[in-house]
Amino acid sequence: MKILAFAEQRDRKLKKTAFEVVRAARKVSDATQGEVVALVVGHQLEPSAQQLGGFGAHRVIVVEDKSLEQYSTTAYSKVIAEVAVREQASVVMIASTAMGKDCAPRVAVKLDAGLAADCTALKVENGDIIATRPVYAGKTMTEVRVSSLNKVFTLRPNVFTAGTGNGTAAPVEKMTVELSAADLGCVVQEITKSAGKLDVAEADIIVTGGRGLKAPENFNIIEELAGALGAAVGASRAVVDAGWRPHGEQVGQTGKTVSPSLYVAVAVSGAIQHLAGMSSSKYIVAVNKDKDAPIFQVADYGIVGDAFEVIPALTKEINKLHGR
Amino acid sequence: MKLVVCINHVPDSTTKVNVGPDGKTIEKTGVNFIINPYDEIAVEECLRLKEKNGGEVVAVSLGSEVNKETLRKALAMGVDRAVLLKDDGYRDSSSVARALADYIKEAAPDAIFFGKQSIDYDDAAVGSMVGEMLGIPSVSMAVKIEISGRDVLAEREIEGGHEKVKTTLPAVFTAQKGLNEPRYPSLKGIMSAKNKPIEERIPSAAHNKVEVLSMRKPGAKNAGRIVETVAELVRLLHEEAKVI
Ligand SMILES: Cc1cc2nc3c(=O)[nH]c(=O)nc-3n(C[C@H](O)[C@H](O)[C@H](O)COP(=O)(O)OP(=O)(O)OC[C@H]3O[C@@H](n4cnc5c(N)ncnc54)[C@H](O)[C@@H]3O)c2cc1C
Ligand SMILES: Nc1ncnc2c1ncn2[C@@H]1O[C@H](COP(=O)(O)O)[C@@H](O)[C@H]1O
Repeated sequence: MKILAFAEQRDRKLKKTAFEVVRAARKVSDATQGEVVALVVGHQLEPSAQQLGGFGAHRVIVVEDKSLEQYSTTAYSKVIAEVAVREQASVVMIASTAMGKDCAPRVAVKLDAGLAADCTALKVENGDIIATRPVYAGKTMTEVRVSSLNKVFTLRPNVFTAGTGNGTAAPVEKMTVELSAADLGCVVQEITKSAGKLDVAEADIIVTGGRGLKAPENFNIIEELAGALGAAVGASRAVVDAGWRPHGEQVGQTGKTVSPSLYVAVAVSGAIQHLAGMSSSKYIVAVNKDKDAPIFQVADYGIVGDAFEVIPALTKEINKLHGR
Repeated sequence: MKLVVCINHVPDSTTKVNVGPDGKTIEKTGVNFIINPYDEIAVEECLRLKEKNGGEVVAVSLGSEVNKETLRKALAMGVDRAVLLKDDGYRDSSSVARALADYIKEAAPDAIFFGKQSIDYDDAAVGSMVGEMLGIPSVSMAVKIEISGRDVLAEREIEGGHEKVKTTLPAVFTAQKGLNEPRYPSLKGIMSAKNKPIEERIPSAAHNKVEVLSMRKPGAKNAGRIVETVAELVRLLHEEAKVI
């Protein structure tokens, strides 16, 4: 089958999820003797588009226009659907990022396609894609099949591996899509970045602090450990509700869903709504003074102890490992 | 201002869920259902807009008789009318969106509100789908919405920051936590909601495009290992897990 893999960029740089989606699409296409067409949308993107062949794209299509420089729900959905139609790609894959979650449902409607959202695994059976999706905040998993002719899948970030980008280079072609005023009726005006911080949704390592830290100023031990690990700082809802940390750092059912390769939970009890946001992490470390805290049930490694002793010692030990 | 808010009836996030006898859906007996938490935020936003600009707020839910409980909650919070699109079967997100869009088209509201995601199937799709079906803009995961006349400036949460989106009414919005703090219904609200009629309608039919083949509990993780020292933990992370 022919798959259109949407490769998301921000500030002209392709996101890590773009490579994950292209690689996942390639695995499916290899199992079906298909083709992967990667699509980059924006303005002045040629140099970054060159990278996509290396991650498995057979061809790369670039749709560039000044009016596409900033993300637009309506315009990006139109471009993605239009290219899928022109290319006769029956499958579209998009990362389930803030951008992907926003445009994928509209792309699905335009293509009269079923949408399997936030998939964590894809496999091919009898020439058909079977997707795994966590539901009920990960308390159960479903396997789904999209039965319409056209199909849209969004893929959870950090779950699919991108691999190295040293495959064969692919040809890059330009395409133009006509956009009306209505298509540009919903456009991003500006982006405010949270100052210099790594976002939990994109981080490969996360150190999360919970209510057991007792006061906002005590998060310095979390920030120092995060610094040593090159990690993002996460927070439980209890500390966000208390106003100790910003909502953007909250992990869990009403916060962000994350799946880093390492998640360190410090003084977090492990309530079911917290687990909903982080239980698909590859490795989980828990530090808690209560040996019966539920977080230990999902942790790969646990230390029963006082965070105020364990965390500074851990930071020191990691710095030692890195020769600092 | 004419406002429509779409609300879903979902299992409470604290309830345990088990796979039902069909192996495809959850066992519903003993499960406590509530208004989808994000939809409560959407209801609140509509009530605030109405308080400021006047008009009417209509709450719509697609589902079976039991969804009336959630519609009553919205009535108790202060919406003017409640409509049940009565349907008992399983519908995927595009089929739910189709039925809601067909109903909303008739009502021709200025703005339509959704939650960012139902906490049952976690699709985060229906709101934006309805926007596309109606041919109007949609802003998903909004944490701030400013409306002046027909002009809209909304803010969405993205990775590592926020983006400001400019658009015009009529439009669809899906509510993210942080948009507002939903009010508690007053006792008077609760009492009067009991007697308000809930209009019932037959929703338009649509075919499902996503088929659930099976449902299972996630593979139970082996409870991990308790490590005695920090040095041992770092060694394991470095040599065994190879994540640092
Ligand atoms: C609808 C709904 C949605 C929710 N969504 C979320 C969500 O998105 N994210 C989320 O996190 N929660 C969410 N919650 C809240 C959740 O139920 C818990 O209340 C919350 O996760 C608890 O946060 P905590 O673990 O930091 O605090 P607590 O549960 O109070 O745990 C503190 C822990 O710290 C330990 N501790 C104390 N002192 C020390 C010390 N010196 N050293 C080491 N350990 C120590 C204690 O043993 C305890 O285990 C939600 C709840 C509801 C009802
Ligand atoms: N059956 C339903 N009836 C009314 N609104 C719904 C229904 N299902 C979903 N919605 C709305 O669509 C939003 C997103 O749902 P979903 O795409 O299922 O995650 C919800 O927060 C509700 O506002």
